[in-house]
Amino acid sequence: METAEKTLDEILTLAAAHFKVPRASLSPDEDFFKALGIDSLQTLDLLTKLENHFRVELPDYELQGVTDFRTLAAKIQARL
Amino acid sequence: MLAKGNALGVREFKGQALSWQVEGGVIELALHRDPCNELGSLSLGELERFASALDELEKEAHALIVYSELKSGFCAGADLRELYEQSHAMEKLQAAQGVRDFLERIHRVLNRIDAAPLTTIAAVHGVTFGGGFELALVCDLMIADKMARFCFPELRLGLIPGFGGIPRLKRDLGNAVVRDLLLTGRSFNATKAQQIGLASQVVGEGEALRAARATAAQMGKFDRETAVAAKRFIKPIPAEELRKEIDIFCDLFSRPAVQAGLKKFVESTDAQPYLP
Repeated sequence: METAEKTLDEILTLAAAHFKVPRASLSPDEDFFKALGIDSLQTLDLLTKLENHFRVELPDYELQGVTDFRTLAAKIQARL
Repeated sequence: MLAKGNALGVREFKGQALSWQVEGGVIELALHRDPCNELGSLSLGELERFASALDELEKEAHALIVYSELKSGFCAGADLRELYEQSHAMEKLQAAQGVRDFLERIHRVLNRIDAAPLTTIAAVHGVTFGGGFELALVCDLMIADKMARFCFPELRLGLIPGFGGIPRLKRDLGNAVVRDLLLTGRSFNATKAQQIGLASQVVGEGEALRAARATAAQMGKFDRETAVAAKRFIKPIPAEELRKEIDIFCDLFSRPAVQAGLKKFVESTDAQPYLP
């Protein structure tokens, strides 16, 4: 089972690669919409990427209001 | 009304919302209306043109592939902005009749494609929501890019899917799965779509059209008459439920909550506006 810190690190690496931003520019507690500069369609892409990577299902309504990487990692960790 | 387009004849058409061509016995219907192939009056006009052309196209084709040329996805569903603006500008009764007319027209087109004596394949990627999901459900097979995402978000507007979604989902899936997809309005990925029996193949990013072409080529090896007989036997049009769906949709549409829901969606700057 993955640790919460490893999950968080993988999310940051995956998001940086997919949206082509430097990994070092992303920090766990920042707003990922702003950090990645993504719109609603790209948010869906991120959700799909994360589900495929971690092999989990993430119902959209569980992610409503989630804006930072750390909380996102906790939501994923709860389904691993 | 037919949309303006650069008509090249029945075998080939280049419109503003979609294009088609036939080659090697395969019709390819490409969607290409920004931002994500929203289905409004322009798309419907061109889809009607396609449905009319099918009588001729079917004589030289054994398969149809429906796909999107846009990076954003297959289709984001009904053009809610147009629906809101048109219904907002009309009297209540006039708006209700306009919605019913639109639904009747799109049902005729989708039923025509559904029952076509061709093997039909939806090659989907990215956003495949609402009416876009319903368009894919019309096809015999769905081949999904692993980044495809599906959703029936209509309940957020106080509506049900109106382009045949529920009857066609019920035709293909168990009722418990249908309830989950409809009543939660959650979106789900291609892997899930394959697990529940909606997607016949899941392929890598950008590979759905290639896989659909390979599948269509395989189908060309079979006796056409047999393939048509098999399709008619196993894929009946749920006509009665489709009629009922239009009636329920129109009843729901006449409520003030729907206008409020449409307004909220159209004006939303939320990152997930498809959620209630």
